[in-house]
Amino acid sequence: MSFGDGSWNKDRREPMALQRRIAILGTVALIAFGVVLFRLWYLQVLSGDRYLAEAQGNRVREVTVQAPRGDILDRDGETIVGNRTALALQVRKDELPERNAARTKVLKEVAQLTGLELEKVRKEIEEQTELLPSSPVTLQRDVPTSVVLFVRENQARFQGVSVDRVYVRQYPQGVLAAHLLGYVKEVSAEQLEEPEYAELEAGDEIGQDGVELTYDSVLRGVNGATRVPVDAAGTPTGRPTSVREPSQGNDLVLSIDSELQAAGEEGLFGRSGAFVALDVENGEVLAMGSAPTFDPSALAKPEISQATAESIFGDTQMTGTGAPAFNRAIAAGYPTGSTFKPVTALAALEADALTPTEIINDDGLYQVGTQEFRNAGDEVYGPIALREALQVSSDVFFYTLGARLEEEIEKDGDEYIQDWAMDLGLGDVTGIDVPGEALGRVPTPEWRNELFEDGDTDRPWSVGDNINLSVGQGDLLAAPLQLAVAYSALGNGGTVVTPHVGLRTEDPEGQVVQEITPPPAREVEIPDTWRGPIMDGLLSAAMEPGGTSYSVFGNFPVEIAGKTGTAETIVDGAEYDQAWYAALAPADNPKVAVVYTIEKGGFGVDTAAPAAREILEEYARNYLSVSQRQIDEAAATPTATTGTVVAE
Amino acid sequence: MAVVSGPRPRVQPRPRPYAEPRESLLERAGVLRLDFALLAGAIGLIAFSIYTLGQATSEDIPGDPYFYVIRQSIYATVGIALMLAVARVDYSRFRELRVGIYSAMVFSICLVFVFAEATRGSRRWIELPFFTFQPSELGKVLLILVLAAVVIDRAQHESSWRKTGRILLLGGIPGALVFLQPDLGSSLVYGVVTFAVLFIAGTPWQHIAAIGGLAALAVTVVLVVAPAADKPILQPYQEDRLTSFLAPSEDAAGTSYQINQSLISVGAGGKTGRGDESTQTRDGFLPERHTDFIFAVVGERYGFMGAAFILSLYALLIWRALRIMTLSKNRYGTIIAGSIAVAFLFQVFVNVGMNIGIAPITGIPLPLMSAGGSSVIVTFLALGLLQSIHVQSQLSSGSRGTPLLR
Repeated sequence: MSFGDGSWNKDRREPMALQRRIAILGTVALIAFGVVLFRLWYLQVLSGDRYLAEAQGNRVREVTVQAPRGDILDRDGETIVGNRTALALQVRKDELPERNAARTKVLKEVAQLTGLELEKVRKEIEEQTELLPSSPVTLQRDVPTSVVLFVRENQARFQGVSVDRVYVRQYPQGVLAAHLLGYVKEVSAEQLEEPEYAELEAGDEIGQDGVELTYDSVLRGVNGATRVPVDAAGTPTGRPTSVREPSQGNDLVLSIDSELQAAGEEGLFGRSGAFVALDVENGEVLAMGSAPTFDPSALAKPEISQATAESIFGDTQMTGTGAPAFNRAIAAGYPTGSTFKPVTALAALEADALTPTEIINDDGLYQVGTQEFRNAGDEVYGPIALREALQVSSDVFFYTLGARLEEEIEKDGDEYIQDWAMDLGLGDVTGIDVPGEALGRVPTPEWRNELFEDGDTDRPWSVGDNINLSVGQGDLLAAPLQLAVAYSALGNGGTVVTPHVGLRTEDPEGQVVQEITPPPAREVEIPDTWRGPIMDGLLSAAMEPGGTSYSVFGNFPVEIAGKTGTAETIVDGAEYDQAWYAALAPADNPKVAVVYTIEKGGFGVDTAAPAAREILEEYARNYLSVSQRQIDEAAATPTATTGTVVAE
Repeated sequence: MAVVSGPRPRVQPRPRPYAEPRESLLERAGVLRLDFALLAGAIGLIAFSIYTLGQATSEDIPGDPYFYVIRQSIYATVGIALMLAVARVDYSRFRELRVGIYSAMVFSICLVFVFAEATRGSRRWIELPFFTFQPSELGKVLLILVLAAVVIDRAQHESSWRKTGRILLLGGIPGALVFLQPDLGSSLVYGVVTFAVLFIAGTPWQHIAAIGGLAALAVTVVLVVAPAADKPILQPYQEDRLTSFLAPSEDAAGTSYQINQSLISVGAGGKTGRGDESTQTRDGFLPERHTDFIFAVVGERYGFMGAAFILSLYALLIWRALRIMTLSKNRYGTIIAGSIAVAFLFQVFVNVGMNIGIAPITGIPLPLMSAGGSSVIVTFLALGLLQSIHVQSQLSSGSRGTPLLR
């Protein structure tokens, strides 16, 4: 190597040395250009299509277009739940400016627009993004038009901020049927993991309770999508092109009759309780309500404050006070009081512990060992048969049956009352298409003895338990709907229906998509020789002087078979009377079963029966072609109640 | 490599009625002694730059679609005028002015620290009435003039190590100042220029190996050791830029955003380009599209054909520079021409490399293509020097005419 000697000016004497260095430079240049050209060839010619696709994707943002949910209609086609559009101010965190200063500037503007504090805006964005990382953060719904225009006109200043149209559930009839409707809320992160919500994206709304939940897949629409060409700042640069039109969910027609429902709810105003009106033939629920109630539109908002949530949901473990969202019609369990007596009667008749005409002397007191069971109000009805026992609601009569049937249990283990109660639908869910049903409880010797063996109660099963059960007291727990199903079976001659509120689904044009068929009903054999006297007893209880609810129904234009009930319930350690009324109408060919209960309502005849009458009047007008005039005239006719102390 | 000129076939000029005088105006101005291929390449590039800017940046400045076009045209005009002026000057004169030039250069770079407004965190520009002047750009050419002069000066009476050290020191001072502005890209060019002068001047191979070793050590310290010792020399963004091209898909929205967008732009251009459908450029996905990433604009708009066309113009320039290096009448010219060629090659390679994801993002503009007055004018100055060397070599070979400036 000629340069190795360290002499600087050798190349002057040796021009070849310079030539060599120039050659090296040339070679380096050639290699550099070669590398660049080779890379360019690779990028542009070999991978051009891939990068072109990326560039296309770069400038197009696919925007989900929310599909409105289907409406929920009552059986006459009246809208109970609809939609309204609201404009929501939304922020996409990943599209906010990257630089801190610029980002703060945008957020400050947003804070000013929405009237929120900057820190609050930041917090909302952080929290909601953490919860649902891929969906935009809704900062405000129902944004005023002026704000909408301002944001759209100054989109450059609001990088990452957009105003989008969203659908919000609307309840034209207010709180009507709130419990069975349920509510709609954004799908939660946990729900997204479930297979039934597999096709959903974060931010989609789903029904969270009531029929909104049961029929969610019917009501939920299919979101559409549009592609919007955008520049690097996310500002639209052209017209959005629709990729997929959003398709509205199908409408759900309920069996609910809004007028019946309203009549029922009126009777509960200011009290706690529940009611059910059930078509005895097919199990269609005409009305079902619970009180206290809540405003479902409060739950239609994207985020619900802690205070609102507590005021609506309370502690759902409690069946007693509070908890407006708690659906007492299906989820509560109460002793039913005397409304249970027809069940005891059926059991006794089947067990041959009673004949339809057998006379039992009611001397006002029934004694078993040292235990004494008395009629309510210490009434004495004297010698009576089944029909009169139901009419006046003699407790002693049924205590006697309870004691007799306890003997059957002791003799060969046949639990006639319990079996009949369960056959008629107590102690198990009815299968209604509204979520949240409670099992209830039909107390059996096995149940109590097991509890006793486990040390969970102080005594084993005894005859007193069966005697209490015979009048719907003691450990019996039933939901109003369960009792309505049992009365329906009595009314229709033995068909235990599956109650349901969903009738059919219709497409947005009103064409029927699908008739909803509930699971087939169960048949229980109730011979007419048993059913006859019982129905007679219930009819006379409502329509004949001396009957327990004659004071309420004696002048009713349609013959009613009805039973009052006054159940002793313990709420927060104190004993209260819970009022019940169970009715079948018309008595000779029952079409509807109505059950009404009012917590702390006192005697059934005083509160529950008048409330039930409201529903029955509405039913008579709508379904039994009774005119308003007839109803008004009937109401004006006095019933001979004076002097008759009615108790049960 | 001497140009071999064989005897040309003589064609007897036909007498024409209105024949011009033999010595045309152009000839008298010395224009005919210019290297026309070099001139054509440079003008082709600046024209293409203005054309591209006109198409790609018309919506960048609202209400002023020709903002960059007009400015670039003015810079080009001024630059070409300066180039022609310098071409007529005997570059050898600058040898005598080396101390003054060096002092002025260091002084102007220092001025930046005093006067310049920080733009995007960096002080590089001095505001003049019509122009923001970037001393570090001019310094690239001045440093070549000074170092080439010094390296010849100290030819005889010094030990070779001392001499190499002196050159390194002279190049290192402005390099370090520019680095502190901070302008990483320009300081790298200073380093490359210093190395180029040493290389062409014939620095022994041991020295070159030692410098290479030092450079490798410096890179290791800056990128690996210093961050590990928690005493970073580079700003975090600089480090990210330097290293993110190695893995552009990581953190696509963050540091490697620029690289990714640039790759998409270039790749999407395909063989023949997307023309007005160049959404990467049009819709603002590509950052710094009129300056550092203008090559990606060309790549997207005109595709492989356009990119290759530009590259071939650059290849032409570098070839002509290397050729002029061999023609030079003296060593000073040889070293200047060679260093300019190397500086050119380095800037083109690093800029294009960063556009296509094979070199780090260093903020080096693409000569003559990137919009920017200092860069364009200084590049023309350098081209003027090359022309001057060419002209002088033509004059000294005595083929025709008399020296114009002597």
